[in-house]
Amino acid sequence: MAIQPVSRFLASRRGIILIGAVIGILAPLLQKFGNPANMGICVACFERDIAGALGLHRAAVVQYIRPEIPGFILGSLAAALFFKDFRARTGSAPLVRFVLGFCAMIGALVFLGCPWRTLLRLAGGDLNAILGLIGLTIGIAIGDQFLKHGYTLGRSRPTYTSSGLIMPFFAMGLLLLLFFAPQFSANGPIFFSEKGPGSMHAPIALSLAVGLIVGIIAQRTRFCTMGSIRDVLLVGDLHLMSGIIALTVAAFATNLILGQVHVGFSAQPVAHSNHLWNLLGMVLAGLAFVLAGGCPGRQLILSGEGDGDAAIFVLGMITGAAFAHNFALAAGPDTMVDGVLKVGGPSIWGMWAVGIGIVICLLIGWAMREKIEEAA
Amino acid sequence: MKIDACGLSCPEPVIQTLNAINRGAQQVSVVVDNSTAMENVKRLAASKGYTTTVAPQGELFVLELSKM
Repeated sequence: MAIQPVSRFLASRRGIILIGAVIGILAPLLQKFGNPANMGICVACFERDIAGALGLHRAAVVQYIRPEIPGFILGSLAAALFFKDFRARTGSAPLVRFVLGFCAMIGALVFLGCPWRTLLRLAGGDLNAILGLIGLTIGIAIGDQFLKHGYTLGRSRPTYTSSGLIMPFFAMGLLLLLFFAPQFSANGPIFFSEKGPGSMHAPIALSLAVGLIVGIIAQRTRFCTMGSIRDVLLVGDLHLMSGIIALTVAAFATNLILGQVHVGFSAQPVAHSNHLWNLLGMVLAGLAFVLAGGCPGRQLILSGEGDGDAAIFVLGMITGAAFAHNFALAAGPDTMVDGVLKVGGPSIWGMWAVGIGIVICLLIGWAMREKIEEAA
Repeated sequence: MKIDACGLSCPEPVIQTLNAINRGAQQVSVVVDNSTAMENVKRLAASKGYTTTVAPQGELFVLELSKM
Protein backbone atom coordinates (compact mmCIF):
# COMPACT_ATOMS: atom_id res chain seq x y z
CA MET A 1 0.00 0.00 0.00
CA ALA A 2 1.21 3.45 -0.84
CA ILE A 3 1.75 5.10 2.52
CA GLN A 4 3.45 8.26 1.29
CA PRO A 5 0.52 9.83 -0.64
CA VAL A 6 -1.91 9.09 2.21
CA SER A 7 0.51 10.60 4.67
CA ARG A 8 1.03 13.68 2.52
CA PHE A 9 -2.70 14.19 2.05
CA LEU A 10 -3.37 13.98 5.79
CA ALA A 11 -0.60 16.47 6.54
CA SER A 12 -2.01 18.91 3.97
CA ARG A 13 -4.61 21.65 4.36
CA ARG A 14 -7.28 19.27 3.08
CA GLY A 15 -6.25 16.71 5.72
CA ILE A 16 -6.71 19.18 8.54
CA ILE A 17 -10.11 20.19 7.17
CA LEU A 18 -11.02 16.49 6.99
CA ILE A 19 -10.24 15.84 10.67
CA GLY A 20 -12.14 18.97 11.69
CA ALA A 21 -15.17 17.84 9.70
CA VAL A 22 -14.90 14.27 11.05
CA ILE A 23 -14.96 15.49 14.66
CA GLY A 24 -17.68 17.99 13.77
CA ILE A 25 -19.95 15.25 12.39
CA LEU A 26 -19.16 12.42 14.83
CA ALA A 27 -19.44 14.45 18.07
CA PRO A 28 -23.07 15.56 17.54
CA LEU A 29 -23.87 11.97 16.52
CA LEU A 30 -22.47 10.74 19.83
CA GLN A 31 -24.86 13.17 21.50
CA LYS A 32 -27.72 11.76 19.46
CA PHE A 33 -26.76 8.29 20.68
CA GLY A 34 -26.55 9.25 24.33
CA ASN A 35 -23.63 11.54 25.21
CA PRO A 36 -24.55 14.72 27.14
CA ALA A 37 -25.84 17.71 25.18
CA ASN A 38 -23.16 19.84 23.48
CA MET A 39 -20.66 17.31 24.87
CA GLY A 40 -20.34 14.77 22.08
CA ILE A 41 -16.62 14.95 22.72
CA CYS A 42 -14.91 16.87 25.51
CA VAL A 43 -11.44 15.84 26.54
CA ALA A 44 -11.48 17.78 29.82
CA CYS A 45 -14.98 16.63 30.83
CA PHE A 46 -14.28 13.03 29.86
CA GLU A 47 -11.00 12.89 31.80
CA ARG A 48 -12.91 14.35 34.74
CA ASP A 49 -15.55 11.60 34.39
CA ILE A 50 -12.78 8.99 34.38
CA ALA A 51 -11.26 10.50 37.54
CA GLY A 52 -14.71 10.20 39.10
CA ALA A 53 -15.25 6.60 37.97
CA LEU A 54 -11.95 5.69 39.62
CA GLY A 55 -13.07 7.36 42.83
CA LEU A 56 -10.43 10.08 42.69
CA HIS A 57 -13.36 12.47 43.25
CA ARG A 58 -16.84 11.68 44.52
CA ALA A 59 -19.06 14.04 42.51
CA ALA A 60 -21.76 11.42 41.86
CA VAL A 61 -23.08 13.01 38.66
CA VAL A 62 -19.80 12.92 36.71
CA GLN A 63 -18.44 9.39 37.00
CA TYR A 64 -17.99 7.18 33.95
CA ILE A 65 -15.05 5.60 32.14
CA ARG A 66 -15.46 7.39 28.83
CA PRO A 67 -14.18 5.03 26.13
CA GLU A 68 -13.47 7.95 23.79
CA ILE A 69 -10.37 8.85 25.84
CA PRO A 70 -8.61 5.44 25.62
CA GLY A 71 -9.84 5.39 22.01
CA PHE A 72 -7.88 8.58 21.20
CA ILE A 73 -4.72 7.18 22.78
CA LEU A 74 -4.96 3.78 21.09
CA GLY A 75 -5.98 5.26 17.72
CA SER A 76 -2.96 7.52 17.88
CA LEU A 77 -0.73 4.56 18.78
CA ALA A 78 -2.08 2.54 15.84
CA ALA A 79 -1.53 5.39 13.36
CA ALA A 80 1.95 6.14 14.72
CA LEU A 81 3.00 2.48 14.46
CA PHE A 82 1.51 2.03 10.99
CA PHE A 83 3.12 5.16 9.57
CA LYS A 84 6.37 4.49 11.45
CA ASP A 85 5.96 7.66 13.46
CA PHE A 86 6.06 6.18 16.97
CA ARG A 87 8.92 7.77 18.91
CA ALA A 88 9.31 7.17 22.61
CA ARG A 89 10.66 10.36 24.17
CA THR A 90 10.58 12.15 27.51
CA GLY A 91 12.52 14.38 29.85
CA SER A 92 11.37 17.91 29.04
CA ALA A 93 10.45 19.35 32.47
CA PRO A 94 7.89 16.68 33.42
CA LEU A 95 6.90 18.25 36.76
CA VAL A 96 6.23 21.61 35.11
CA ARG A 97 4.02 19.86 32.58
CA PHE A 98 2.14 18.15 35.41
CA VAL A 99 1.48 21.53 37.02
CA LEU A 100 0.39 23.00 33.67
CA GLY A 101 -2.00 20.09 33.12
CA PHE A 102 -3.41 20.61 36.61
CA CYS A 103 -3.92 24.35 36.01
CA ALA A 104 -5.39 23.74 32.55
CA MET A 105 -8.01 21.43 34.02
CA ILE A 106 -9.00 23.91 36.75
CA GLY A 107 -9.54 26.56 34.06
CA ALA A 108 -11.43 24.19 31.79
CA LEU A 109 -13.73 23.06 34.61
CA VAL A 110 -14.53 26.65 35.60
CA PHE A 111 -15.59 27.25 31.99
CA LEU A 112 -16.94 23.68 31.65
CA GLY A 113 -15.16 22.37 28.59
CA CYS A 114 -11.96 21.90 26.63
CA PRO A 115 -11.43 23.82 23.35
CA TRP A 116 -13.06 21.00 21.36
CA ARG A 117 -16.20 21.29 23.49
CA THR A 118 -16.02 25.09 23.26
CA LEU A 119 -16.48 24.76 19.50
CA LEU A 120 -19.14 22.07 19.91
CA ARG A 121 -21.02 24.28 22.38
CA LEU A 122 -20.89 27.16 19.90
CA ALA A 123 -22.15 24.84 17.15
CA GLY A 124 -25.07 23.88 19.41
CA GLY A 125 -26.05 27.52 19.86
CA ASP A 126 -24.49 28.03 23.31
CA LEU A 127 -23.32 31.64 23.04
CA ASN A 128 -21.34 31.41 26.30
CA ALA A 129 -18.77 29.60 24.18
CA ILE A 130 -17.93 32.99 22.63
CA LEU A 131 -16.69 34.19 26.03
CA GLY A 132 -14.72 30.96 26.31
CA LEU A 133 -13.13 31.51 22.90
CA ILE A 134 -12.22 35.11 23.75
CA GLY A 135 -10.65 33.90 27.01
CA LEU A 136 -8.81 31.15 25.19
CA THR A 137 -7.43 33.66 22.68
CA ILE A 138 -6.29 36.02 25.44
CA GLY A 139 -4.57 33.18 27.30
CA ILE A 140 -2.83 32.03 24.13
CA ALA A 141 -1.79 35.58 23.25
CA ILE A 142 -0.18 35.95 26.68
CA GLY A 143 1.59 32.61 26.25
CA ASP A 144 2.82 33.68 22.81
CA GLN A 145 4.65 36.61 24.38
CA PHE A 146 6.59 34.21 26.58
CA LEU A 147 7.40 32.03 23.56
CA LYS A 148 8.66 35.07 21.66
CA HIS A 149 10.90 35.92 24.58
CA GLY A 150 12.60 32.57 24.75
CA TYR A 151 10.26 30.46 26.91
CA THR A 152 11.15 26.79 26.64
CA LEU A 153 10.79 23.68 28.77
CA GLY A 154 13.94 22.27 27.25
CA ARG A 155 14.57 19.28 25.06
CA SER A 156 13.07 15.83 25.36
CA ARG A 157 15.26 12.82 24.69
CA PRO A 158 14.61 9.49 23.03
CA THR A 159 13.84 6.77 25.55
CA TYR A 160 12.89 3.09 25.66
CA THR A 161 10.01 2.05 23.43
CA SER A 162 8.49 0.32 26.46
CA SER A 163 8.38 3.67 28.25
CA GLY A 164 6.39 5.14 25.38
CA LEU A 165 3.89 2.29 25.65
CA ILE A 166 2.86 3.05 29.24
CA MET A 167 -0.01 5.37 28.25
CA PRO A 168 -1.44 2.90 25.69
CA PHE A 169 -1.35 0.22 28.41
CA PHE A 170 -3.04 2.65 30.80
CA ALA A 171 -5.72 3.17 28.13
CA MET A 172 -6.21 -0.57 27.76
CA GLY A 173 -6.49 -0.91 31.54
CA LEU A 174 -9.25 1.71 31.55
CA LEU A 175 -11.13 -0.22 28.88
CA LEU A 176 -10.85 -3.44 30.90
CA LEU A 177 -12.24 -1.64 33.96
CA LEU A 178 -15.10 -0.38 31.80
CA PHE A 179 -15.90 -3.77 30.24
CA PHE A 180 -15.77 -5.78 33.46
CA ALA A 181 -16.93 -2.98 35.81
CA PRO A 182 -15.49 -4.63 38.92
CA GLN A 183 -16.68 -3.42 42.33
CA PHE A 184 -13.53 -3.15 44.44
CA SER A 185 -15.29 -2.68 47.79
CA ALA A 186 -18.79 -2.24 49.14
CA ASN A 187 -18.93 1.52 48.67
CA GLY A 188 -15.94 1.78 46.38
CA PRO A 189 -15.07 2.20 42.74
CA ILE A 190 -15.58 1.64 39.89
CA PHE A 191 -18.32 4.29 40.10
CA PHE A 192 -20.89 4.79 37.36
CA SER A 193 -23.20 7.83 37.63
CA GLU A 194 -26.88 6.99 37.89
CA LYS A 195 -28.00 10.52 37.04
CA GLY A 196 -26.49 13.68 35.61
CA PRO A 197 -24.06 14.01 32.69
CA GLY A 198 -22.03 10.99 33.82
CA SER A 199 -25.04 8.73 33.33
CA MET A 200 -25.51 9.91 29.73
CA HIS A 201 -23.43 8.04 27.23
CA ALA A 202 -23.50 6.51 23.78
CA PRO A 203 -23.08 2.71 23.48
CA ILE A 204 -19.54 1.67 24.43
CA ALA A 205 -18.71 0.21 21.01
CA LEU A 206 -19.78 3.41 19.23
CA SER A 207 -17.85 5.68 21.62
CA LEU A 208 -14.75 3.55 21.32
CA ALA A 209 -15.00 3.40 17.52
CA VAL A 210 -15.30 7.20 17.28
CA GLY A 211 -12.38 7.57 19.69
CA LEU A 212 -10.21 5.30 17.56
CA ILE A 213 -11.14 7.00 14.27
CA VAL A 214 -10.53 10.49 15.65
CA GLY A 215 -7.30 9.28 17.29
CA ILE A 216 -5.96 7.89 14.02
CA ILE A 217 -6.76 10.94 11.90
CA ALA A 218 -5.74 13.44 14.57
CA GLN A 219 -2.35 11.74 14.89
CA ARG A 220 -1.71 12.05 11.16
CA THR A 221 -3.01 15.60 10.80
CA ARG A 222 -1.63 17.02 14.12
CA PHE A 223 -4.98 18.67 14.71
CA CYS A 224 -4.71 21.15 17.60
CA THR A 225 -7.21 23.83 18.57
CA MET A 226 -4.78 25.79 20.71
CA GLY A 227 -2.15 25.57 17.96
CA SER A 228 -4.60 26.97 15.44
CA ILE A 229 -5.07 30.21 17.39
CA ARG A 230 -1.41 30.38 18.37
CA ASP A 231 -0.20 29.97 14.77
CA VAL A 232 -2.48 32.76 13.55
CA LEU A 233 -1.31 35.12 16.29
CA LEU A 234 2.34 34.16 16.14
CA VAL A 235 3.14 33.61 12.47
CA GLY A 236 -0.12 34.32 10.61
CA ASP A 237 -0.41 30.64 9.62
CA LEU A 238 -4.01 29.57 8.88
CA HIS A 239 -3.27 25.84 8.40
CA LEU A 240 -4.65 24.55 11.71
CA MET A 241 -7.31 27.27 11.85
CA SER A 242 -8.98 25.83 8.77
CA GLY A 243 -9.49 22.63 10.79
CA ILE A 244 -11.30 24.26 13.67
CA ILE A 245 -13.48 26.25 11.27
CA ALA A 246 -14.35 22.97 9.53
CA LEU A 247 -15.16 21.41 12.91
CA THR A 248 -17.51 24.23 13.88
CA VAL A 249 -19.28 24.38 10.52
CA ALA A 250 -19.69 20.60 10.29
CA ALA A 251 -20.95 20.36 13.87
CA PHE A 252 -23.41 23.21 13.32
CA ALA A 253 -24.76 21.56 10.16
CA THR A 254 -25.05 18.16 11.87
CA ASN A 255 -26.75 19.74 14.88
CA LEU A 256 -29.23 21.48 12.57
CA ILE A 257 -30.10 18.19 10.88
CA LEU A 258 -30.46 16.45 14.25
CA GLY A 259 -32.47 19.32 15.78
CA GLN A 260 -29.80 19.98 18.40
CA VAL A 261 -29.36 23.75 17.96
CA HIS A 262 -30.71 25.99 20.76
CA VAL A 263 -29.39 29.53 20.53
CA GLY A 264 -28.92 31.58 23.70
CA PHE A 265 -26.89 32.27 26.83
CA SER A 266 -29.09 31.05 29.68
CA ALA A 267 -29.65 27.51 30.91
CA GLN A 268 -27.56 25.91 28.18
CA PRO A 269 -26.81 22.23 28.82
CA VAL A 270 -23.91 21.57 31.23
CA ALA A 271 -22.89 25.24 31.03
CA HIS A 272 -23.24 28.46 33.01
CA SER A 273 -23.77 32.04 31.86
CA ASN A 274 -21.42 33.72 34.31
CA HIS A 275 -19.55 35.67 31.63
CA LEU A 276 -16.56 36.84 33.64
CA TRP A 277 -15.68 33.34 34.84
CA ASN A 278 -16.33 31.71 31.48
CA LEU A 279 -13.74 34.12 30.15
CA LEU A 280 -11.21 33.89 32.99
CA GLY A 281 -11.44 30.10 33.19
CA MET A 282 -10.38 29.85 29.57
CA VAL A 283 -7.66 32.52 29.94
CA LEU A 284 -6.05 30.16 32.45
CA ALA A 285 -6.62 27.08 30.28
CA GLY A 286 -5.32 28.76 27.12
CA LEU A 287 -2.19 30.03 28.85
CA ALA A 288 -1.47 26.58 30.29
CA PHE A 289 -2.03 24.94 26.88
CA VAL A 290 0.47 27.24 25.14
CA LEU A 291 3.12 26.77 27.80
CA ALA A 292 2.70 22.99 27.50
CA GLY A 293 2.56 23.03 23.68
CA GLY A 294 -0.91 21.65 22.97
CA CYS A 295 -4.62 21.50 23.77
CA PRO A 296 -5.90 18.53 25.83
CA GLY A 297 -6.88 16.59 22.72
CA ARG A 298 -3.46 17.07 21.15
CA GLN A 299 -1.71 16.05 24.39
CA LEU A 300 -3.70 12.79 24.47
CA ILE A 301 -2.73 12.05 20.87
CA LEU A 302 0.95 12.79 21.63
CA SER A 303 0.80 10.52 24.68
CA GLY A 304 -0.32 7.70 22.37
CA GLU A 305 2.62 8.15 19.97
CA GLY A 306 5.28 7.87 22.67
CA ASP A 307 5.52 11.37 24.15
CA GLY A 308 6.03 10.82 27.88
CA ASP A 309 5.92 14.56 28.60
CA ALA A 310 2.44 14.88 27.06
CA ALA A 311 1.44 11.84 29.14
CA ILE A 312 2.47 13.70 32.30
CA PHE A 313 0.33 16.65 31.21
CA VAL A 314 -2.64 14.27 30.83
CA LEU A 315 -2.05 12.82 34.30
CA GLY A 316 -1.83 16.39 35.63
CA MET A 317 -5.21 17.11 34.08
CA ILE A 318 -6.81 14.01 35.62
CA THR A 319 -5.37 14.95 39.03
CA GLY A 320 -6.56 18.52 38.54
CA ALA A 321 -10.07 17.22 37.84
CA ALA A 322 -10.03 15.22 41.08
CA PHE A 323 -8.97 18.31 43.04
CA ALA A 324 -11.47 20.49 41.19
CA HIS A 325 -14.38 18.40 42.44
CA ASN A 326 -13.01 17.43 45.86
CA PHE A 327 -12.32 21.10 46.65
CA ALA A 328 -15.47 22.46 44.97
CA LEU A 329 -13.45 24.46 42.42
CA ALA A 330 -15.41 23.34 39.34
CA ALA A 331 -18.25 25.58 38.20
CA GLY A 332 -21.87 24.59 38.62
CA PRO A 333 -24.23 24.85 35.62
CA ASP A 334 -27.17 27.26 35.28
CA THR A 335 -30.29 25.78 36.85
CA MET A 336 -34.00 26.54 36.67
CA VAL A 337 -35.61 26.62 40.13
CA ASP A 338 -39.43 26.93 39.96
CA GLY A 339 -39.15 28.55 36.56
CA VAL A 340 -36.55 31.05 37.77
CA LEU A 341 -33.08 31.01 36.27
CA LYS A 342 -30.27 30.56 38.76
CA VAL A 343 -26.99 31.52 37.10
CA GLY A 344 -24.22 29.01 37.81
CA GLY A 345 -20.49 29.53 37.92
CA PRO A 346 -17.57 28.75 40.20
CA SER A 347 -17.58 28.96 44.00
CA ILE A 348 -15.37 31.49 45.74
CA TRP A 349 -12.78 28.67 45.93
CA GLY A 350 -12.97 28.17 42.19
CA MET A 351 -12.41 31.91 41.64
CA TRP A 352 -9.34 31.86 43.87
CA ALA A 353 -8.07 28.75 42.12
CA VAL A 354 -8.30 30.44 38.70
CA GLY A 355 -6.46 33.50 40.03
CA ILE A 356 -3.73 31.42 41.63
CA GLY A 357 -3.50 29.24 38.52
CA ILE A 358 -2.97 32.30 36.30
CA VAL A 359 -0.24 33.58 38.64
CA ILE A 360 1.48 30.16 38.61
CA CYS A 361 1.39 29.99 34.80
CA LEU A 362 2.70 33.57 34.48
CA LEU A 363 5.56 32.70 36.81
CA ILE A 364 6.37 29.57 34.77
CA GLY A 365 6.32 31.56 31.54
CA TRP A 366 8.44 34.34 32.98
CA ALA A 367 10.96 32.20 34.85
CA MET A 368 11.59 29.51 32.23
CA ARG A 369 13.10 31.58 29.48
CA GLU A 370 16.41 30.96 27.81
CA LYS A 371 18.41 33.93 26.69
CA ILE A 372 17.85 34.23 22.94
CA GLU A 373 21.15 34.05 21.08
CA GLU A 374 22.09 37.21 19.28
CA ALA A 375 22.79 37.05 15.56
CA ALA A 376 25.15 34.20 14.73
CA MET B 1 22.90 29.73 9.98
CA LYS B 2 22.24 26.42 11.74
CA ILE B 3 19.46 25.58 14.18
CA ASP B 4 19.29 22.37 16.19
CA ALA B 5 15.65 22.01 17.21
CA CYS B 6 15.75 18.33 18.18
CA GLY B 7 13.63 17.47 21.18
CA LEU B 8 11.97 20.87 21.38
CA SER B 9 8.21 20.84 21.61
CA CYS B 10 5.91 22.61 19.23
CA PRO B 11 6.14 25.52 18.30
CA GLU B 12 9.72 26.17 19.42
CA PRO B 13 11.35 24.88 16.20
CA VAL B 14 9.13 27.28 14.23
CA ILE B 15 9.94 30.21 16.50
CA GLN B 16 13.68 29.61 16.33
CA THR B 17 13.45 29.44 12.55
CA LEU B 18 11.32 32.58 12.49
CA ASN B 19 13.88 34.41 14.63
CA ALA B 20 16.60 33.45 12.15
CA ILE B 21 14.50 34.60 9.20
CA ASN B 22 13.67 37.87 10.95
CA ARG B 23 17.39 38.47 11.45
CA GLY B 24 17.68 38.34 7.67
CA ALA B 25 19.35 34.96 7.22
CA GLN B 26 19.33 33.94 3.55
CA GLN B 27 20.27 30.33 4.24
CA VAL B 28 18.97 28.48 7.28
CA SER B 29 19.66 24.87 8.13
CA VAL B 30 17.24 23.35 10.65
CA VAL B 31 17.50 19.91 12.23
CA VAL B 32 14.33 18.48 13.76
CA ASP B 33 13.49 15.02 15.08
CA ASN B 34 9.83 14.65 14.25
CA SER B 35 7.64 15.01 11.21
CA THR B 36 5.29 17.50 12.89
CA ALA B 37 8.11 20.00 13.38
CA MET B 38 9.37 19.25 9.87
CA GLU B 39 5.97 20.08 8.32
CA ASN B 40 5.57 23.18 10.50
CA VAL B 41 8.99 24.60 9.61
CA LYS B 42 8.39 23.84 5.94
CA ARG B 43 5.08 25.74 6.03
CA LEU B 44 6.68 28.70 7.75
CA ALA B 45 9.49 28.75 5.19
CA ALA B 46 7.03 28.75 2.29
CA SER B 47 5.02 31.59 3.84
CA LYS B 48 8.20 33.66 4.23
CA GLY B 49 9.30 33.06 0.64
CA TYR B 50 11.97 30.42 1.23
CA THR B 51 12.43 27.20 -0.68
CA THR B 52 13.03 24.10 1.40
CA THR B 53 14.70 20.80 0.77
CA VAL B 54 14.24 18.04 3.32
CA ALA B 55 16.79 15.28 3.84
CA PRO B 56 15.85 12.50 6.26
CA GLN B 57 18.86 11.39 8.34
CA GLY B 58 17.96 8.33 10.34
CA GLU B 59 15.44 9.57 12.92
CA LEU B 60 16.16 13.20 12.06
CA PHE B 61 15.15 15.58 9.30
CA VAL B 62 17.56 18.17 7.97
CA LEU B 63 15.83 21.12 6.33
CA GLU B 64 17.75 23.50 4.13
CA LEU B 65 15.94 26.81 3.68
CA SER B 66 17.06 29.35 1.13
CA LYS B 67 15.59 32.69 0.10
CA MET B 68 13.96 32.50 -3.32
